[in-house]
Amino acid sequence: MMDGSKGFEDALTGEQKIRNFNINFGPQHPAAHGVLRLVLELDGEIVERCDPHIGLLHRGTEKLMESRTYLQNLPYFDRLDYVAPMNQEHAWCLAIEKLTGVEVPRRASLIRVLYSEIGRVLNHLLNVTTQAMDVGALTPPLWGFEEREKLMIFYERACGARLHAAYFRPGGVHQDLPDELLDDIEEWALEFPKVLDDIDGLLTENRIFKQRNADIGVVTEEDILNWGFSGVMVRGSGLAWDLRRAQPYECYDEFDFKIPVGKNGDCYDRYLVRMEEMRQSVSIIRQAIVKLREATGDIMARGKITPPKRSDMKTSMEALIHHFKLYTEGFHVPEGEVYAAVEAPKGEFGVYLVADGTNKPYRAKLRAPGFLHLQAMDYIAKGHQLADVAAIIGTMDVVFGEIDR
Amino acid sequence: MSDALNELGAYIEAKRPDCVLGWDLTHGELNVDVALSNIVGFVEFLKADPTCRFSTLVDITGVDYPERPKRFDVVYHFLSMYQNHRIRLRVAVREEDMVPSIIEVHPSANWFEREVFDMFGILFSGHPDLRRILTDYGFRGYPLRKDFPTTGYTEVRYDEAQKRVVYEPVSLVQEYRQFDFMSPWEGAEYILPGDEKKEEDA
Repeated sequence: MMDGSKGFEDALTGEQKIRNFNINFGPQHPAAHGVLRLVLELDGEIVERCDPHIGLLHRGTEKLMESRTYLQNLPYFDRLDYVAPMNQEHAWCLAIEKLTGVEVPRRASLIRVLYSEIGRVLNHLLNVTTQAMDVGALTPPLWGFEEREKLMIFYERACGARLHAAYFRPGGVHQDLPDELLDDIEEWALEFPKVLDDIDGLLTENRIFKQRNADIGVVTEEDILNWGFSGVMVRGSGLAWDLRRAQPYECYDEFDFKIPVGKNGDCYDRYLVRMEEMRQSVSIIRQAIVKLREATGDIMARGKITPPKRSDMKTSMEALIHHFKLYTEGFHVPEGEVYAAVEAPKGEFGVYLVADGTNKPYRAKLRAPGFLHLQAMDYIAKGHQLADVAAIIGTMDVVFGEIDR
Repeated sequence: MSDALNELGAYIEAKRPDCVLGWDLTHGELNVDVALSNIVGFVEFLKADPTCRFSTLVDITGVDYPERPKRFDVVYHFLSMYQNHRIRLRVAVREEDMVPSIIEVHPSANWFEREVFDMFGILFSGHPDLRRILTDYGFRGYPLRKDFPTTGYTEVRYDEAQKRVVYEPVSLVQEYRQFDFMSPWEGAEYILPGDEKKEEDA
């Protein structure tokens, strides 16, 4: 009787059609990594369409920047990708330095590299461990945040703030680092690989973690080009593209580091790449400290765009006037347009700066890597299960500070 | 580096003289001005040509110059991961012009074009889904135009009586403060109290 010969007469016949199910993922969802609203169309548990609604954290940074001086704009960069603040400031400083033609002193350059890499570790620690949380593990974030705390204390000891650093300045860095801080960072860099091994031991061969990440969100070389990916999203698929190597800025060309690449381009490979990148960053940190001990000198290119030394201000009237004018009127940047990009932990973070010769930028466009990664959400998530959406968002490493600007 | 870019600029101009209005190399970056109607074909050429191979779209953005007849610049940045070079394309656009969308060539242009539309009100023809992207649902105006006030026109608050969020015209408790620190020798024209009388006398 169950062979269908009797005709199909239960409650589901005829009029009733099966309709796809729409759900809102977010804007308040712990796995959305911020205020992301995904409108998902589901066929059963399979994602048919995914429409990210962004802009819920839009603060109009680019508009605000047009009415503030170059120096006043710097702190806005901490608020973009607030997971690794100094890397963003770096792009802004590079753009200004490119237009004004300022040479950064060697010590400042090394400090920038040191703190950029600390930022990279900060970012990857957060990303790797929260991704583990998205797929069901609770311990990794607890361990990771403990290390992040230590790193943020290094931030604080350099500039006074744990997150909103405003430490990189056009022409150098704000203040010099004390020797004890370098010693402490070095000590941390020696201990940290052990913590990484611990996290490694928790996750890398973990059956659940592998099941949730391997073969999920596979990205091919063609996808990378079509969707404009950068950073780990590229390296996870086997392309050794890293701006620190390909278009070296600051003094990255004198550091010895390897660019880890993945093989399959899935979430699991990107996790592995991030883990290895942290190890490489630690190695760069240690090299930078060795170099910093030798490079004693000024940390700012003294000139029009940087403040005078405190001691000069006590004796020289010109220095005092300079200081006053710098912090009220600000410095003027010659007319022109530049694009400066850094290899931020999430990918290529760029600043397109149009200067009109005054003390304020005429237009500044912030190019965030996460913007493009999230854009591909529909393409990558299609055909995956609903639970994989969380894993994919996690691996894309989106932070809404930079996407919504 | 700049030699190679110089060569590249000359090469591109020689190959596509109809598209290139002019090119220059400033601050070690290659800029090409492109005619509005040819942008799609030109981008396609840049992507396909083995010497250029600008395979990655880095950015699309706009710049507003209200005093120009062609008010906007739409600026494209491209990167070649294979040849390791970058290029910037500038397209001058009138306020009423439609810019051909390059989604067919670079799918990643989708959100960038939505953003430019959202922020500047520049329309892209051939874009499948030209919605606002960063601003609020139901937002009006184009914030990054120079004539749009930084404070905006509406403000949002939760109304306790109506138990919902209400939109109201912006009312500032004090005038929006825009300090002008430019030195009086080289910039701002200060109007001191009493100056206007002098004008009348003269």
